[in-house]
Amino acid sequence: MSTERDSETTFEEDSQPNDEVVPYSDDETEDELEDHEPPTEPEQNRVNREAEENREPFRKANDRSFHEQPQFMNTKFFCFKESKYANNAIKTYKYNAFTFLPMNLFEQFKRAANFYFLVLLILQAIPQITTLAWYTTLVPLLLVLGITAIKDLVDDVARHKMDNEINNRTCEVIKDGRFKTAKWKEVQVGDVIRLKKNDFIPVSELFSRLSWRDFLWSLCVIAVFCFEQADILLLSSSEPNSLCYVETAELDGETNLKFKMSLESTDQYLQIENSLATFDGLVECEEPNNRLDKFTGTLFWRNTSFPLDADKILLRGCVIRNTDFCHGLVIFAGADTKIMKNSGKTRFKRTKIDYLMNYMVYTIFIVLILLSAGLAIGHAYWEAQVGNYSWYLYDGEDATPSYRGFLTFWGYIIVLNTMVPISLYVSVEVIRLGQSYFINWDLQMYYPEKDTPAKARTTTLNEQLGQIHYIFSDKTGTLTQNVMTFKKCCINGQIYGDPRDASQHSHSKIEQVDFTWNTFADGKLAFYDHYLIEQIQTGKEPEVRQFFFLLAICHTVMVERTDGQINYQAASPDEGALVNAARNFGFAFLARTQNTITISEMGTERTYNVLAILDFNSDRKRMSIIVRTPEGNIRLYCKGADTVIYERLHPMNPTKQETQDALDIFANETLRTLCLCYKEIDEKEFAEWNKKFMAASVASTNRDEALDKVYEEIEKDLILLGATAIEDKLQDGVPETISKLAKADIKIWVLTGDKKETAENIGFACELLTEETSIYYGEDINALLHTRMENQRNRGGVHTKFVPPVEEPFFPSAGNRALIITGSWLNEILLEKKTKRSKILKLKFPRTEEERRFRTQSKRRMEVKKEQRQKNFVDLACECNAVICCRVTPKQKAMVVDLVKRYKKAITLAIGDGANDVNMIKTAHIGVGISGQEGMQAVMSSDYSFAQFRYLQRLLLVHGRWSYIRMCKFLRYFFYKNFAFTLVHFWYSFFNGYSAQTAYEDWFITLYNVLYSSLPVLLMGLLDQDVSDKLSLRFPGLYVVGQKDLLFNYRKFFVSLLHGVLTSMVLFFIPLGAYLQTVGQDGEAPSDYQSFAVTIASALTITVNFQIGLDTSYWTFVNAFSIFGSIALYFGIMFDFHSAGIHVLFPSAFQFTGTASNALRQPYIWLTIILTVAVCLLPVVAIRFLSMTIWPSESDKIQKHRKRLKAEEQWQRRQSVFRRGVSTRRSAYAFSHQRGYADLISSGRSIRKKRSPLDAIIAEGTAEYRRTVAS
Amino acid sequence: MTWSATARGAQQPDNTAFTQQRLPAWQPLLSASIALPLFFCAGLAFIGLGLGLYYSSNGIKELEFDYTGYPGTSNCTVCAEAGQGRAPPPRCSCAWYFTLPELFQGPVYLYYELTNYYQNNRRYGVSRDDSQLSGMASALRHPVNECAPYQFSSAGLPIAPCGAIANSLFNDSFSLWHQRGPGGSYVEVPLDRTGIAWWTDYHVKFRNPPLVNGSLALAFRGTAPPPNWHRPVYALSPDINNTGFINQDFVVWMRTAALPTFRKLYARIRQGNYTAGLPRGSYRVDITYNYPVRAFGGQKRIIFSSISWMGGKNPFLGIAYLVVGSLCILMGFVMLVVYIRFQDQHDEDEDEE
Repeated sequence: MSTERDSETTFEEDSQPNDEVVPYSDDETEDELEDHEPPTEPEQNRVNREAEENREPFRKANDRSFHEQPQFMNTKFFCFKESKYANNAIKTYKYNAFTFLPMNLFEQFKRAANFYFLVLLILQAIPQITTLAWYTTLVPLLLVLGITAIKDLVDDVARHKMDNEINNRTCEVIKDGRFKTAKWKEVQVGDVIRLKKNDFIPVSELFSRLSWRDFLWSLCVIAVFCFEQADILLLSSSEPNSLCYVETAELDGETNLKFKMSLESTDQYLQIENSLATFDGLVECEEPNNRLDKFTGTLFWRNTSFPLDADKILLRGCVIRNTDFCHGLVIFAGADTKIMKNSGKTRFKRTKIDYLMNYMVYTIFIVLILLSAGLAIGHAYWEAQVGNYSWYLYDGEDATPSYRGFLTFWGYIIVLNTMVPISLYVSVEVIRLGQSYFINWDLQMYYPEKDTPAKARTTTLNEQLGQIHYIFSDKTGTLTQNVMTFKKCCINGQIYGDPRDASQHSHSKIEQVDFTWNTFADGKLAFYDHYLIEQIQTGKEPEVRQFFFLLAICHTVMVERTDGQINYQAASPDEGALVNAARNFGFAFLARTQNTITISEMGTERTYNVLAILDFNSDRKRMSIIVRTPEGNIRLYCKGADTVIYERLHPMNPTKQETQDALDIFANETLRTLCLCYKEIDEKEFAEWNKKFMAASVASTNRDEALDKVYEEIEKDLILLGATAIEDKLQDGVPETISKLAKADIKIWVLTGDKKETAENIGFACELLTEETSIYYGEDINALLHTRMENQRNRGGVHTKFVPPVEEPFFPSAGNRALIITGSWLNEILLEKKTKRSKILKLKFPRTEEERRFRTQSKRRMEVKKEQRQKNFVDLACECNAVICCRVTPKQKAMVVDLVKRYKKAITLAIGDGANDVNMIKTAHIGVGISGQEGMQAVMSSDYSFAQFRYLQRLLLVHGRWSYIRMCKFLRYFFYKNFAFTLVHFWYSFFNGYSAQTAYEDWFITLYNVLYSSLPVLLMGLLDQDVSDKLSLRFPGLYVVGQKDLLFNYRKFFVSLLHGVLTSMVLFFIPLGAYLQTVGQDGEAPSDYQSFAVTIASALTITVNFQIGLDTSYWTFVNAFSIFGSIALYFGIMFDFHSAGIHVLFPSAFQFTGTASNALRQPYIWLTIILTVAVCLLPVVAIRFLSMTIWPSESDKIQKHRKRLKAEEQWQRRQSVFRRGVSTRRSAYAFSHQRGYADLISSGRSIRKKRSPLDAIIAEGTAEYRRTVAS
Repeated sequence: MTWSATARGAQQPDNTAFTQQRLPAWQPLLSASIALPLFFCAGLAFIGLGLGLYYSSNGIKELEFDYTGYPGTSNCTVCAEAGQGRAPPPRCSCAWYFTLPELFQGPVYLYYELTNYYQNNRRYGVSRDDSQLSGMASALRHPVNECAPYQFSSAGLPIAPCGAIANSLFNDSFSLWHQRGPGGSYVEVPLDRTGIAWWTDYHVKFRNPPLVNGSLALAFRGTAPPPNWHRPVYALSPDINNTGFINQDFVVWMRTAALPTFRKLYARIRQGNYTAGLPRGSYRVDITYNYPVRAFGGQKRIIFSSISWMGGKNPFLGIAYLVVGSLCILMGFVMLVVYIRFQDQHDEDEDEE
C-alpha cells in the first residue's frame, strides 16, 4: 500500500515540491476537512479518550459469555443492560407498526412549515380569533402529512425488507466445537468464522443511504455477491503462510488485489476445525474508528502477546479472492465496523433554490405579519370610529378597540396564511421526484453494455443540475475507461501498429489480426498490423521476438489459472496490458514461482530463473529483472520511461533516433509509452553486483536508497529494443462532451491522483488542452501569486479587512489558458504545509503571556494570509479555461472543490468513480458517480450515477436545464398564484371594517391550493420544455440562464409577488365596481356577499389556470386536460357544494346554497368575470410579446426557428474535427504510481511451492533476510 | 445512444413517449400572428360589449330619496330626531312626495338602500344559525354559539331566529300612493312583496320548523324573538307562506350584502294598472320610520328602479369595457409598431450571424 511510503516522504524546509509524489497520507482527511469545528475539539477528544480507556476493549475468541460480563455492559435504563459491542444485526428502519404514527407525526412537525400550520390549526380553535372554518387548514395539512407519511411508510417497509434480507444471510460459525451455518445477524464479536472464496462484505452505505427507490436496484447487488459483514482478524487460510487475497474496491476503489497475512503462530496452529474450536486467544484492540488503513491491537494467546496491525484484518466490504477459504475472529461487528464508521457522514445537501425559497418564505412571513399588523391597527381604528357606534354589531363583549385589533391580528394571520404556501414544499418534492424519475428512465443515459441506467440517488437536487459552473472530474475510470490497450510499438526503429497487410501495404479497410494460431490468445486484442504478425511468425528479425519476450518476462504480474484460462493480476493496468499483449503475440507468461518464470515462447514452454527483480518506484520510473536463461546466460531486461532509459543506454545504439521519433509520434497520439531494453551480464559481473545487492537489501537504515543505488549500478549500458505505446482508452464521447460543456460556460477541472505527464496527456486526448493552450505549471502560478500578494500588501496590507477587491485579471491577454498543478505545489501555494508546521508549534507550551499573544497574533496573520492566498489562487485558476490537478490526494480533491465553493460561490459538480473521489463527491454541491464499475463507493455517496462520462452532458444540458427552468417557473407561478388568491382578502378588508372577513367561501379556500390550482402547475413542473432535448444539446449556450440565476432570484420573486398583488387588485376591484349599487337581472338579491365571493373565486380560478396556460410552453394533452379540468372541477364542485341536496344534509357546513346557480345565471356576472380575467391576462400577453420582440432571449430565438432547425438537423451531418498538431510534447511512461508485487514475489510467500527451487539459494537467502528485517 | 430492441437489459428503461419526455405536444409561441389579432379582436369585442352595457345601464331609470332624516333634508327629520337615542324608537312615520312627468317604464322595483352599514363584518356575518333557519328542530332549541349574545334571551329561552343579523332585521316599511291628477285622491299602488327572495333561499335554505298541530306558533313555542323585534317570528306576516323563517323580508335581509352600501329589494310593482310601470302623476311614499342608522352615520334611501338584461343601473362595467377595449386596440398598435421595428433588426442580426 502506497500510504506507508508516502508518510515517509517528508517535506524539507525549503525544498521545491516534488511533482511525483502524492503529498501525504490521507489519514486525517475526514476530520480535517470539517475543520470549521470549535477549537475546544482537542479537549473533548481527550475526555472521550479517557472514557474509552475505561472501556477495556477486549475480544475473547469462542467465548460469548466473556462478552456478557458486567463490565462490558452499558446500563441503559436502570435494569436494562446493553452490550457495548455492537450487534451484527443491521437495523436501518425507523419505525415499527406501533411507533409509526406518533414518531412520523413528530418528525413531520419538526419541519418548520408543518409546525406553522399546526400552530394555525390551534389558533383556529380559539373561538375569539377563528376567522376560517377549521377545515380550511386541516384538509390541506392532512393531505400534506398524508403524502409524506405514505412516502415514509413505503421507505421504511423497504428498509425492513432490506434489513431482513441482510440479517438472514448465512455464514459458518464455530458453535460447540464445530462449524455451523448461522445467520449473520447472530454473529457476535469473538466468534470464529469461516469465509469462502468470493465472499463479499456488504456495502454498508447501501443501507445508510437506502431509500425505497433504490430498493430493487440494491437487491440486485445483493443477489450477485455473497455477503460478509464484520471486521475480522485473519487467523489462517488455505494459502501458504495463511495468505489471503482481498479486493478492496468497495473500500478504497483500488481494483488490484491486496494480500493480508495472518500471524505465523495462528497460521501454524489454527488450520483445522478442532484447533479453531479450542482457540482461546484474547484480543485487545482499539476502539471502533473509521480509519481503513490503521489497526492496532494485541493478541494474547498461549502466554505470549502478538502485535496486530491492519495487515491482519479483513475489513467488512472487501472481497476475498484467490483464496479457497480462511478463518477469522470477529473483532468488530455491525455498526462498529470500519466501513460503517466511515459511512456515517453523509452530508445533507440542499440546493441554491432551496435556500432562496426559504428566504422567500421568510420574506412572505414577514409580509404576512406586517399586513396583519396593519390591518389590525386598521380594525382598532375602525372599531373606534364606526364599530363602536354600530349597534347592530353589538356582540355582548365590551372589548376595547385595541383588544379587538389584537384579536383581529391573529384573525388575519389565519386568513392570510395562504400567502405562505402550504403545499409549496410538498409540490417541490413531488416535482423533483418526478424529474428524478425522468432521469432514471432516460434511455439515452442508459448504458446497454453494462445494463446500467442512470440513477438519481438524491431526488432533491435536480434543478441545481441546471446551474453548474464548475465540474471537477476524476480521470481514471471517469474520463478514461481505465482499460489499457496495447496499440502500437516500435521495434528496432520500425513502427508497428498501423493497419496494413502482411506485405506492408496499408489499407484503409483491413481486417483485424487473427490470433487463432496462438492457443494462449484471449481473443480480445484488436490489432490491425498483419505485418507484425508476419514478422513474429517468420522470426526474420530476432528483435521482434525478443521485444515480446521482454514484455512477457519483465513485470510483476501475478498469474492465476482457472480451467485452463489464464488470468493476470497486475498492480497497474498498463503492465497488465503489456503482458496481455505479449501473450497474444505468442509469448505467454504462464507461471511464476518465487524465483522462476515460465513462459510459452511461440508454443514452447521455457522456464527462467529469476535472479533479481529491480522493482519500480516513482523515482526510478523503471523496472528491471535479471534472469538466467535455460542456456545459462544472465540477462537484464528493463522497461521504463523514455527519459530515464535514454540516460542509461549504451552509447552505441543504432536505433536511438528512430525510436525517439516513434516516441514523439506516439506521444502525439496521446499514447502512453515505455522504452524496452536489455543487456547481457557476464557471470562475474553479476556475482559481484549480487553481493552488493544482498548487502543493500539487508541494510537496516535507508534501505530503499541503498537499493536504488545498487540498482543504478547494473542498469547501464542498456541496448534499446524499442518502445511500446499503450492507449489509455478514453470513454466514448469524452472530447465532444467536454467541448459541449465548455460551450455551456462550464469550467472543467480534472483532479487526478495520476502523474503529471499522464494527466497532461489525457488533457490533450480529451481536448481539454489544445495546441493553442498556454499551459502554466506550479512554478508559474506560484510566481504570479507572489506578485499578486506583494501588490496587495503594498496597496493596503492583507490584514485590513476592507481591502477593495482587486478585480484585475492575472493574465493580461485573452486566450486559451490551462493550469497544470500537482498536489505538492497545491500545498505549497495554498500554504497548507505551513499550517501543519504551526500545528506542531502549537503543541509546545507557550511559556510567557507575551509569547502566547505573539503566537496567536502570528497565527491569525497566517490565517488571513492563507485565506488571501487561497482566494487569489481560486481567482487565478478560474481565469483559466482548464485546470488539471495531478498527484492529489482525495483530501486535496475535496479541498479544491471546497475552495471554489467557498470563494467563487459557484455551484460545483464532482464526478468520479472510485473511493478516492468520495470525499470530493460529498463536498461538491452535486456528486456524480460513474456506476457499472467494480467499486461502488463513489456511487454510494453520489447524488447521481450513470455509466459513462458522456451522459453528463445530457444530465446537465437537458435534464438539469429543464429541471431548473421548470422549478423556476413553478416557484414563480406558485408565489404569484398564492398572492393573487390571498391578497383579495386584504383589499376586501378595506370595505368590511378590517374584520378579517374572507372574500371567498371557506370551501374554496380549502380546495383552491389542493384542487383548483395545483395540478396544472405540477404538470408544468414535470413536463414543460422550452426547447427540445436535441436543441438543448445543440445550443449549449442555453444553459447559461441557470448559472446566472436568471430565472429565479429576488428580483423575479418580487416581480411574481407584484404580479400577484396586481392580479389580486384586479380580481377585487373590477367585481367591486360591478357590484356597486347594482341589482340582479330579476331585481333580486342584487349585490350579496355570497355572489360576490363566487364571482371573485370564479374569476380567480379562471385567471390562474389561464395564466399557467400562458406559462406552459409545452402543451401536452395532460396539460390541456389539467388546465381545463381544474376549471371544470372548480365549477363542478362549486355547484355541488351550492346544491340543495348538500345543504339539507349539512346546513351549517354548506351555507352558499343556491349562490352558484343564481349568480352564474346572470350575464352581467359573466361579463364581470370575463373582464376581470381579460384585464389580468392581456397585459401579461402584451408584456411577453413586447419583451420577446425587443429583447428576445436565446431560447426565444431558438423556439422561433424551431422548424427550420429541425429541418436542418435532418440533413446536417456531424463532421468530426481532426486535429493533428505538431508538438514537442514529452511522452508519458506507462507505469501506475504503485509499486508492483516484487516484494511479495521475492519474499516467496505468495507462491505455492510447486517446485522446490534448487538453484536459487541466493534468491531464497535474500528473501529470508528481507523477511527478518521487515518483521 | 444505441440500444437494441431485441436484447433488452433487465434494467433498461421503457421506451415510451412519456418516460422519454417525448409526449406529443403543442408548443404555442406568442408570435405576432397570434398576439396582434388577439388584441385587435379583443379590443373590438370589448368596445362592442362596453357600448351595449353602457347604453343598457343608461336606459335604466332610477329615482331615489334619502329619508335618513338628517336635518333639513326631508320631513323624516322629525322621526329621526324622535328616535335619537331611544331604544326602541317610537313609532313614527313620514312621507316622500314626488312627481313623475312621464311614465316610469316598468317593471318597477322598489329598493331600500343602507349606507355605511357593515353587513359584511365578519363578527356580524357569522352570527346566524343556518341549521336553525333550515328548520331543524334541534337547532331551534339549541342555537349555535356564534349567535351570542343573541343566542338565549334574558329569560333563558333560545332565540329564534338567533344571531345579530336576524336581530337587526330592517323594519321600516313603505307604502306607495298615486295621485292621478292634481288634487285628486291618493290611490295605493299595490306592492308585490312576494317573490323578492331567491327561489333557493325561499324554498331550500330557509324552512320553518315542522308545524305542531298545524300551527306555526306552537312550533315556535319555547323560543323567544330577537330582542329588537316587536313580534315573534311566526307573526311576521299573516300569510302562512310568508311568515316564520320564510318571511320574504327576513330572507332578503338574511342574505347579507357584500359591501357596506347595499340595496335590498323591497317590492315589485307589477300589479293592476301598474304592470307597464308607474304612470305619470304625483306620488307619495309613506314611510314607517323605525330603523335607526344615524348613530353610526348611515343613510337610508328608497329607490325606484327599472332593470334591464344586465340588472340594475351601474355604468361601471360598460365604461370599464370601453376603456379596456380601447386600451387593447392601442396596445395592438403599439405592438404592431414594435414588431415591425424590431423584426427587421433581428433578421439583420441573424444574417450577420
